[in-house]
This record gives sequence, C-alpha cells and structure tokens, in this order.
Amino acid sequence: MQPTLATLKSRAVAALIALVFLLVAAPGHAQLRLDITQGVRDAVPIAVVPFGGQAEGGANDIAAVVANDLRMSGRFAPLERRDMVSRPTSGAEIRVEDWRLLKSDFIVVGRVEPDGDRLAVTFELHNVRTGASLLAQRLPSTEKGLRATAHRIADLVFERLTGIPGAFSTRIAYVAVDGKPPAQRYRLIVADADGFSPRTVLESREPIMSPAWSPDGQKLAYVSFESKVSAVYVQQLATGQRSRVSARAGINGAPAWSPDGRKLALTLSRDGNLDIYTLDLATQTLTRVTSDEAIDTEAEWSKDGQSLYFTSDRAGNAQVYQVRLDEARRAERVTFTNGYNARPRSSPDGKQLALVTLDRGGYRIGVMDLASRNLRVLTNARQDESPSFAPNGALVIYATREGGRGALAFASSDGAFQQRLSSDQGDVRDPAWQPFTTPR
Amino acid sequence: MKLMHVLAVAILSLTLAACSKPTKPDGTTAPPADSGAASSGLGGEGAAGAGAGASTSTALTPQQQALAAIQQKNVIYFDFDSSEIRSEFVPVVAEHAQYLVKYPTARVRLEGHTDERGSREYNIGLGERRAQTVRRALLAQGVADSQITTVSYGEERPAVEGSDEAAFAQNRRVELVHAQ
Repeated sequence: MQPTLATLKSRAVAALIALVFLLVAAPGHAQLRLDITQGVRDAVPIAVVPFGGQAEGGANDIAAVVANDLRMSGRFAPLERRDMVSRPTSGAEIRVEDWRLLKSDFIVVGRVEPDGDRLAVTFELHNVRTGASLLAQRLPSTEKGLRATAHRIADLVFERLTGIPGAFSTRIAYVAVDGKPPAQRYRLIVADADGFSPRTVLESREPIMSPAWSPDGQKLAYVSFESKVSAVYVQQLATGQRSRVSARAGINGAPAWSPDGRKLALTLSRDGNLDIYTLDLATQTLTRVTSDEAIDTEAEWSKDGQSLYFTSDRAGNAQVYQVRLDEARRAERVTFTNGYNARPRSSPDGKQLALVTLDRGGYRIGVMDLASRNLRVLTNARQDESPSFAPNGALVIYATREGGRGALAFASSDGAFQQRLSSDQGDVRDPAWQPFTTPR
Repeated sequence: MKLMHVLAVAILSLTLAACSKPTKPDGTTAPPADSGAASSGLGGEGAAGAGAGASTSTALTPQQQALAAIQQKNVIYFDFDSSEIRSEFVPVVAEHAQYLVKYPTARVRLEGHTDERGSREYNIGLGERRAQTVRRALLAQGVADSQITTVSYGEERPAVEGSDEAAFAQNRRVELVHAQ
C-alpha cells in the first residue's frame, strides 16, 4: 500500500497516542479455564501420552495442552493419564494391544529434545486399530515456545483426523470487568484460544466493548469510552500502537473490518439516530450506508465485501438485514423466525451467520444457513450473546452468564455440544476469535 | 434481595449527589460542612436552609439549592424495550427542564442505559433512544439544545448487579447528570 499524506499523518498521530498511552503488557489475571459442561456424544477416544524429555504436569506439559485442545474441540475424548499403563515416546515403543484394551482409537506420542541451544519436539500419531502411522513430524521450538508448539501439534492432529484445519494456535480477544457498579474496571484481553496466556492490551475505568480482529489477525478495532463518550480505536497488537479512528459527535460503535482490511463498517449517530457507515481507513472517507429512523447497528461484511449484514428494528423489533454496497443500497430482511435476531457474524466460508436469537424466552446463539434460511439454535441458556466463529468454522465462541457473572463458552457450529471457558475472577464478555494469521 | 437493591439505589443516589456536588468558584475551600449542608439540604426545606446559610460564609447559591432539590430525582426508569417516558416521570423531567430554563448556563448530560438482555451494541442504540426521548422532552419545555449532551452506555454500566426483573428495572434508565 502506498503511504498517502493522510496515512502518514494518521501514523504520526498514532505514534503520539502510543507514546502517551503506555499499554500494559503484563501477564493478566482472569485466567480462563475449560470446564466440560456436558458430555460429548460420539467423541473419538484418543490417548495423548505425556511427552518424553519433560516433567509431567508443568505449565508447558505438551501432552496436556494437546489433550485439552482436542477436548475443547468437542470431537475428541482424551484418555485420562491415570489409565495409561505405559509411557511410549516414539512410534516404535507403542504396544497397540495395550491401547486397544483401553479403547483408544488413536494415540499421540512424542518427546522434547535439545537441538543446539534450542529445542526440537518430535511427535507421532498412530491409529490403534490398524497400527498405521498417520503423522510423524519434528518441530523446532524453544522453552518459552513449547505451548505454541503443543497447539501446533493439536492443529495437525485435528486436521489429520477430521480434515478440518485446527484453530488451536489462534487467539481470542475479550473484555473482562471487575469491581461493583458504579466503580468498575474494564480490560481488553488477548489470550490463547484455550484461555491461557492472557495479556491485557487496554485497561480503563470506562467501558470497553466490541473488539473486532482485522482480517490479518494483527490488529483489533474496539469501542472505548475512556474520554467519557464512545470512540472507535484501532490497535496494533505487536507494538501496542493505536489510533483513534472515529470520535464523531454521538455514538461511535460496532466496528467491523472489510475482508480486505481497508475499511471499517461503523455505527454512528446523528441526533440520536443510529445508522451504518463505512470508513476508509487510509483516506478517512466516510460513506453512509443506511438512513432509517430505526436502530441500525452491528454491521458485518459479507465474504465478497459487496454487502453488509446488520441489526435493525425498522420492522418493530430487532432483525437481521442485508444491504448491498451499491448505489441503491437496498436493505433486505434476512431473518424471519423468532421475534429478536441480532449481532450477525459471518462464518469463515460466508455460508452461515451466527447471531443472537430470542428462542423460547431466552437469548440464545443461533446459526443460520444463508442458502436455506434455516436457523439452528445452538445454546440453551437465557442470556447468551456475542457469537464469533473460530477461523476453521468448527466452533462458535460466545458470552453467557454463570452464577451471576459473565463467562465465555464454546458451541460446535452443528449444535452437538457446548463447553464453558470460565474465568476465575471477574466478569468476561464480548469474545472475538482471531482469524488465521497465515493464508491457507 | 429487595433490601439490597433499595440499599444499592440509595447508595448510588448519594454517590451521584456527591459526584455532582456544586464546584462553583464561590464555594471557596468547601469544608466538610459544605457538603454536609448540600446533603442535608436534600430535605427540601429550602427556606430554612437558605436562612441558616445566610448567616454563615458557606451559603448555597439559589442555583445550588435548586440543583440540590432536583437531584433527589435524577433517574428516569423505563419499561422493557421501551423508550417512552412513563407518566410518573413526566413531572421529574419537568422539574429538570424548569431548572435548566431558569439557569441557561447550566448543563445536563443525559446518560442512557439498558438492562443486560439482548445484544450489546443494539442496547447502545436503545440507551441512546432513551436519552434522546428525554432530550426531546427537555427541548419541548424550552431548554436550549446547547445545554444538553447525551451518551449511551447500553448495558455496559449497570446501576445494580443481578439478573432478575428487579435489577433489570433499576438498570433501564436515563440519568440526568448536571454540571453548572
């Protein structure tokens, strides 16, 4: 991209803001932990044997990370360690008859070895029933990088066994709140998809909401009330550098990135009327998309970048609409089942929308197939919101309530199961799942 | 549970009253007696308060007294998914309007809120709609547009915690936050 005067200027401003605003990169608290809330039917039994060359039960226990990832996917039921009768660390050491007795269909073994001043992790995946070796790789790593290597192994195992790329190496962004009203503290946090390694990227006494990942997974757009009114910011995660991209009079909300990463759809208000606009980040050109007296908000781009899905109550209650970004800008209603449908989020393939739907008295997460317009309700609590698809489309992360506090949860997009990612402190909400950072 | 809510609301009102404590230059050093006077002045006995105040150096100005009086009721509550001002709050809005008309340099910030149900950004819209309803009511009663600012917090800043109807009802609100 050619830097224009406008981008140079906004970069200078961004650099200044970054200097003034020192962002905390200390390890956050509010660690998230996976709780199995419901047994998963048809989960594939798999044994992930503790890796050789490292102590069991440590923070970087590779097998534990891999087993947890696979469990989180809902498709696998890892064997408990106490049931393992041996600890093979290579394919040659596996006695398949032992693992057949334990009813494991697959087995993952491996070890960590020094590699010069670094480490190398070797792992193998075997089919217990046939004895066939399905995968064997050696991955370079470091002491600090062992968790990342473990997620990579989980990605590869998941892809080999399901045909779907694993998304365990990606991250999630969410908002954590502690303190009682009216004295609350808000933090924007980025953590690994399994909830580990939380890092606070912004902290404020005023609300923070609606984090949205850029398509390259390097930046977050979000809403912050730090100046006592809402404004939209874009923050580069690697450097902490951020810029305020919209602080117009009234509401500045609901940022959503265009698929090419060049524009943000935003909700702005004039005289209290919320409408959707697009903002070209390089040129600062603002284009109005909707003009209706209703609440129009929560825009989401279609995969081809040619239209926006959004929430509107123009028909009396909240429903999802689609507007084409052409001259006519005609909006067509997309949802018809249930009296409340809001916050549409596109699946990675663009074929489905996850949304909040009022289902039998509860606000729940639904997934709508855009071709058939069938809506499938995935969850069964009373206050579920903010769905966001995993980049492989297999899971939806969303916000729910548990014991009077906000918690995060996963549901499989086919509705087969839900699992909770609970926080050991504070209220957590507004999750957004990072896209794949490398093209696939 | 009910008691907790009442307490929470009482504490909140006190906090709000304290926050919007007049900070005029003529308040000088404002010893604790000043804020005490402001708080006890909430009893509504304006004449007595003024009489007592006249003999001391910490007298409240008429505007401060008027503000203290209307700040007893500075929250308008709404029905679920509604931005209509309920009849019981029409006089409350009128009192605030009268004050703002009488003191054209006074400013008010209308903070719109919703309960926690439904999606967050949509609730920002709903909170804004509530704030705008109150704004229009103030304008209709002669308040200048330049005296009013609005902000919507949606469900992000609840007045009370809780996921029951009692808590929801306390959280669906517009707070009128005054500055002189």
